[in-house]
Amino acid sequence: MAVKALNDFVVKFANVNGTGSASANNMFAKAVFRMGIPVSPRNIFPSNIQGLPTWYEVRINEDGYLARRGGGVDLMVAVNPQSMEKDLQEVVPGGYFLYDSTKPLDPRLQRNDIHFLPIPLMEISMAEYKDPRQRQLFKNIIYVGALAALIDIEFKVLTELVNDQFKGKEKLIAPNVHALELGYQYAKDHFQCPLGIRLQRREAVGNRILMDGNSAAAIGAVYGGATVAAWYPITPSTSVVDAFDKYANRLRIDPGTGKHNFAILQAEDELAAMGMVIGASWNGARAFTATSGPGVSLMSEFLGLAYFAEIPAVLIDVQRAGPSTGMPTRTQQSDILAAAYASHGDTKHVLLFPSSPRECFDMTADAFDLAEQLQTPIIMLTDLDLGMNDSMSEPLQWDDKRSYQRGKVLNAEQLDEIERYGRYVDVDNDGICYRTVPGTHPSKGSFFTRGTSRDTYAVYTEDGDKYVENMDRLLKKFETAKDYVPKPEIDDRGGEQYGVVCVGTSSEAVREARDMLAAEGIALNTLRIRAFPFNRDVDDFIARHEQVFVVEQNRDAQLRSLLMIENDVPGNKLTSVLNYDGMPITAKTVASKIRGHVAPASVTPIRKSN
Amino acid sequence: MSYIRSKFEHPQAQQNTLGFTRRDYEGSISTLCAGCGHDSISAAIVQACFELAIEPHRVAKLSGIGCSSKTPTYFLGQSHGFNSVHGRMPSVATGANLANRDLMYIGVSGDGDTASIGMGQFAHVVRRSLNMVYIVENNGCYGLTKGQDSATADVGSKSKAGKENMYQPIDLVSQALQLGASFVARSFSGDKEQLVPLLKAAISHHGFAFIDVISPCVTFNNHPGSTKNYEFVRDHLNATGTVDFIPMREEIITRYEKGSTQDVTLHDGSVISLRKAAEDYNATDRGQSLQKVREADTRGEILTGLLFVDTDAQDVHSVINTSERPLNSMSEKELCPGSEALERINESLR
Repeated sequence: MAVKALNDFVVKFANVNGTGSASANNMFAKAVFRMGIPVSPRNIFPSNIQGLPTWYEVRINEDGYLARRGGGVDLMVAVNPQSMEKDLQEVVPGGYFLYDSTKPLDPRLQRNDIHFLPIPLMEISMAEYKDPRQRQLFKNIIYVGALAALIDIEFKVLTELVNDQFKGKEKLIAPNVHALELGYQYAKDHFQCPLGIRLQRREAVGNRILMDGNSAAAIGAVYGGATVAAWYPITPSTSVVDAFDKYANRLRIDPGTGKHNFAILQAEDELAAMGMVIGASWNGARAFTATSGPGVSLMSEFLGLAYFAEIPAVLIDVQRAGPSTGMPTRTQQSDILAAAYASHGDTKHVLLFPSSPRECFDMTADAFDLAEQLQTPIIMLTDLDLGMNDSMSEPLQWDDKRSYQRGKVLNAEQLDEIERYGRYVDVDNDGICYRTVPGTHPSKGSFFTRGTSRDTYAVYTEDGDKYVENMDRLLKKFETAKDYVPKPEIDDRGGEQYGVVCVGTSSEAVREARDMLAAEGIALNTLRIRAFPFNRDVDDFIARHEQVFVVEQNRDAQLRSLLMIENDVPGNKLTSVLNYDGMPITAKTVASKIRGHVAPASVTPIRKSN
Repeated sequence: MSYIRSKFEHPQAQQNTLGFTRRDYEGSISTLCAGCGHDSISAAIVQACFELAIEPHRVAKLSGIGCSSKTPTYFLGQSHGFNSVHGRMPSVATGANLANRDLMYIGVSGDGDTASIGMGQFAHVVRRSLNMVYIVENNGCYGLTKGQDSATADVGSKSKAGKENMYQPIDLVSQALQLGASFVARSFSGDKEQLVPLLKAAISHHGFAFIDVISPCVTFNNHPGSTKNYEFVRDHLNATGTVDFIPMREEIITRYEKGSTQDVTLHDGSVISLRKAAEDYNATDRGQSLQKVREADTRGEILTGLLFVDTDAQDVHSVINTSERPLNSMSEKELCPGSEALERINESLR
């Protein structure tokens, strides 16, 4: 028996960290993408520089489902002896196990329900290349070449990719293409090609792009007008600032002077990073930082200051598995509560939840508008899965007519017209007051920014009534924020029994699970929350369903708690669907957990919509 | 002390070249203890800014938490101020400076705020060479929490309750010298003659200017047995010399005996003229300055005055090559690359 599938299977690469496998594996995923077939690759990597096992799992699905499929691997490319035993077990019955046969397979590694594809990768590479580093790198390209024969990757697509990749370093093109050919020929000579699983060109990708969320967020920061980026390196957020650096150097250098229209500082820690963001924002620049859970803990003190003193700030939190150092290279959505209520005292923060690279771009750019309009920190909660993996996404878009929304900032002329300026006077009765930037006016508009209580004129006070007045105004501002933040995405197909609420990267698994369950007769309406504070649409959606499943990737059902605390939703109405093993949630998990809660008597199969 | 400030202003009050009187540089009435050294420092800042004819609204005052950090309220009332969180003023100042390189930044901190909770941020703001004046109002104790020893308290110095400090002090001047500060001075809140010209020089200096000002705490650390009481400090001061600050537009008229004076010309053309107490002191030699500070310390003396200056230091903006134009003044025009560039990025991702 052999697995048979066209454009719908999972290939997983088992490599050694630091051996250059990433570029070969990326080439594979990109080739599938360029054949017009939706693809979702994921790095499963250790917290290590060199030597430990690392995996690259690629789901190919022409229907466009992008969540991790789960349930085993159809084709394993095993080039790491360290992990081979475990890798072998992951292959589904009837699946394929391609391995480096330069050394004979450990006789204990046997399975008679799968197909072995031995290729002496290292041997071929050793015979062909002299340089040790080349031998290592080309070994990886050779297996991509073999896969071209085994699952019908168009060879032309691969050579074009090599051409693109080595533009400007042309002498590397020929040896790479040669390595592809070596693998291709070996597979053709030794195996029945193609296998039962194979690819066939489709037009299912359209004008979409393949990119990681962190880069998209960084480009969003460039477009959104960020000029100051202060940060401290931490996985999985580091590539946000790396990408900001790359794109700012490309797009933000003054052509006349060669000077930078941006400033990037690597801070001494996350506390300082957030302090710099707040200092820069206070002084009228758009500034941001990117971090992960441990950094959010350290930044909490400053987030409280920015909330209370009403200073804009943009924070991108690429979540990873906590608590403490947790699993630094695994994904989770477990900073929801920490971010929503970061810092001591009564604090609440505006959160954004992107679910695709396009949305990472949009929301980062929007975050700078929101931060200045609402004069408060905006925390974008993305995660490792979205941030560090390439995802198929709608292309990035920018409206050239768009102007930055700087919020209520008074200039010198406006100050001249005011009799007495008060920083915390709620002129418009929306909780948002007028701020001034240092250096604006010779004699008007200066005030003392402080984390201590103060009156409406920013003068220190310990008067309880004035304190309460200020705290209540901040609450009013948080209400106002509901009209500013992005609305949820609702897919309502009628019916009032079951609703599903999720955020961020859980949404792809939810979308697929909904289709799976629909085929079984279980109808689900879905709502993807895109921001906190939750607006009325979230209340309405929950209110009109009998039972609501809240799908999220943490142990403590943090999103569910937030809905209960902030929107008075009764707990018995919200059923948790959780996944917190550090791997991206799968549709199978979502579907099986929901199925477990749904009374079987109510099931009548409905036809899958086309 | 008086809680009501007279509104009377002498009609012939002296004006500086901008037409401002000293009153224009004052702030709110201080709420510190009567006789607090910090108030003298605020007054010195007022005088220095008045005499230098600085536009008050072009100054940003920043501080952390503590008695010292309250003081920016008491000077330069026309300037924006930022009383941030404990020990974190350096990072806020860094961000502010990145956003607008054209303002003048005065940071005020204390020994607790800098030498304990803020030691990390202090070290890093020094090594980044941020263009700012960083003043530590150093009293060796925590005033607001009733007189605990701080990290600058000397070994053997007694607290008000009579307990001796057993831990090694952190000397902020030596730290600043080692970390690469390009202007380092020490003074005493009770010596305005020395402090005002030092402040003027620090303000005019381009780069990171650090002044450690011994400023006795009258309530918790002014008793016999403390090495930071007024009397002890006065008795143990040893100045490197007398500093004259000569602004760019003034002609240098006084000339002292050759060898006894060291003139240092700053970027803006003004001159710091150090009339040296000891002929061999060289204020442009970092290593020697550090050595002299240590030698004085070994003798039980507090070396004050201008300790070191390097007029060629690059500030952080030169290092990272930021635009001469303040970043906070830029709009979509300079900052947003537009849809065509974005389409090219999309194309590279297909």
